[in-house]
Amino acid sequence: MSEHYSQLQIENAAKNIRKRVLKITLERNGCYLAQACSSSEILASLYMSILNLSESKGPQIPGKFPGTPSKDNMDYLPGSAYNGSTDAPYDRLFISPAHYAAPVYSTLVEVGRLSEEALEFFNKDGYSMEMIGANHTPGFENAAGTLSQAISIASGTAYARKIKKQSGRIFVFMSDGEIQEGQLWEAVQVAAFYKLDNLVLLVDVNRQQVEGFTQDIMNIEPLEEKFKAFGAKTAKIDGHSVEELQKACQMTEKGKPLVVLCYTNPTQGIPLLKHRRGQMHFIRFKEDEYNEYLKFYQNM
Amino acid sequence: MQIEKDVHSNNIIQFAGNHKEVLVMSADLGTSCEVGEFAKKLPERYLSMGIAEQNMMGWAAGLAKEGFRPFLHTFAVFLYRRTLDQLEMSIAYPNLPVALLGFVPGITTPGGITHQSIEDVGIMRTIPNMNIFDCGDTTDVESALEICREINAPIYVRMLRGAVPRLFDPNVPTKFNKGRLLSEGTDIALFSSSICTEEAMRATNYLEKQGLSVQHVHITTLKPFTDPLVLETLEKVSYGVITMENHSVIGGLGTLVGEVMLENMINKELIKIGINDEWTHGAAKPYLMKKYGIDALSLIKAVEKLIDDKFDATENELEAIRLEDYDRV
Repeated sequence: MSEHYSQLQIENAAKNIRKRVLKITLERNGCYLAQACSSSEILASLYMSILNLSESKGPQIPGKFPGTPSKDNMDYLPGSAYNGSTDAPYDRLFISPAHYAAPVYSTLVEVGRLSEEALEFFNKDGYSMEMIGANHTPGFENAAGTLSQAISIASGTAYARKIKKQSGRIFVFMSDGEIQEGQLWEAVQVAAFYKLDNLVLLVDVNRQQVEGFTQDIMNIEPLEEKFKAFGAKTAKIDGHSVEELQKACQMTEKGKPLVVLCYTNPTQGIPLLKHRRGQMHFIRFKEDEYNEYLKFYQNM
Repeated sequence: MQIEKDVHSNNIIQFAGNHKEVLVMSADLGTSCEVGEFAKKLPERYLSMGIAEQNMMGWAAGLAKEGFRPFLHTFAVFLYRRTLDQLEMSIAYPNLPVALLGFVPGITTPGGITHQSIEDVGIMRTIPNMNIFDCGDTTDVESALEICREINAPIYVRMLRGAVPRLFDPNVPTKFNKGRLLSEGTDIALFSSSICTEEAMRATNYLEKQGLSVQHVHITTLKPFTDPLVLETLEKVSYGVITMENHSVIGGLGTLVGEVMLENMINKELIKIGINDEWTHGAAKPYLMKKYGIDALSLIKAVEKLIDDKFDATENELEAIRLEDYDRV
């Protein structure tokens, strides 16, 4: 069972996750910072109170890139090892938007599954902690850079637990832009048909995508009505409220997958970013901005 | 030559009975892919996934990771054309043991180009970790499931359904990555696959009567393609090499044989019989085989070109050649 953390501890962890990703953004002059801003409470709450995980099976500092899966290389350390056992009764977490890797690694640091020094190896040539997650990167079950694929894989896993009559829930963390993919709706339709009430989808609805605001590029609302119509149990919450996250994940209904729509702010915790709204997919600082953000970081 | 029916239908029921980890998945084409009976007899092992192939790929990956062995049933085109990204990222990249059984391969359907997989081998061959098996008769169909289990990795099978000829001895199951030597010879090397092998057997019968010796090898495994019999065959013939396939001449059997020749510096003429880089259309199989030049007469014409000689073969003459039952050969 996961260690018990107080709400305050989880909120502090979320702040630290943001701070670490800002540090990476400053050091490397570029990272997925807005995603860290929007998702930190979700990830911190998952790891610190919602998920039932066993101890990590991965080293504190991940090693070199272990090679891609192939018939001669199936025994590499999978990223899921950092979440501990993949067997029942433990929960599983599938990260769908793989560019959230930096906030995921930072969360693993916060809960002691990675050391702080591990972040030195983030996106470093020849090492396993890639900028976009895949099967071997800490915290990841699978390569998910093409969007809305993880929910289908997670559904197969959830169904496998069902037919083996095993407990434990299968969580999928998603971003909102990927809801535009048709596969997402295939997956929700089938998950409802097979009554996968052990499947939980948490969506970071930060309303941003690569080229602008989601509502301008391709509107996805009304989300709650759509998921309901496809047969899911839904909850619509403030994605920065640890209490609401914890409650929503308990709102299961027999025979239905649970979809928690976490409405978030992509500048949460770093209000300096506000003027960039609509263009927040990958944050680089201009030369004249650098000192301003460095100062902000030092006071975080 | 025997024609057999419902071979896969019976085979998969027996196979799943022997292997409890086997699950059958279908995308609303189970009955068209000979698993209608399976669904009735083993409903708890049958997963209807709806007309949603992309999601089916991910489910199969999730189930395979948990120790199940999913056997996906739909038409070949819907397994790779619609879902290439899902197939690559969810199944082939993690090297998961998922069997993709693609029915009505090539021009074996009158359904027109949306239903005809004429470039599937070329596409699937380029995917790392993917294996490819192409059935040519009922013995191949029966052998395919056990091969899928043995190789324990992603595999794409071009399956045949309905009335399928029994060309090969059922007591000699097809082996993975091993060609089947159908005739020995030193004049011409002939490699055929899928429904073309029956045509090629008819043509070689005729050619041998004309005094030509043909080394004919039936190919089922298109990836990997490392059977030493291929190189041995290429080396021993004097006139040249012919390949014959139910697929585009680009990327399939002809390309594979060509690559082996290039890698081994075999300086012989190669004639590739197949669909000549064009979209096909919907009609009956015999009509399409003739129209796109993948029938016995097309093979005779290729041989004429290779040896620079003329035979007076007619279609009726070739059709009249009766293929002996496998056990009398």
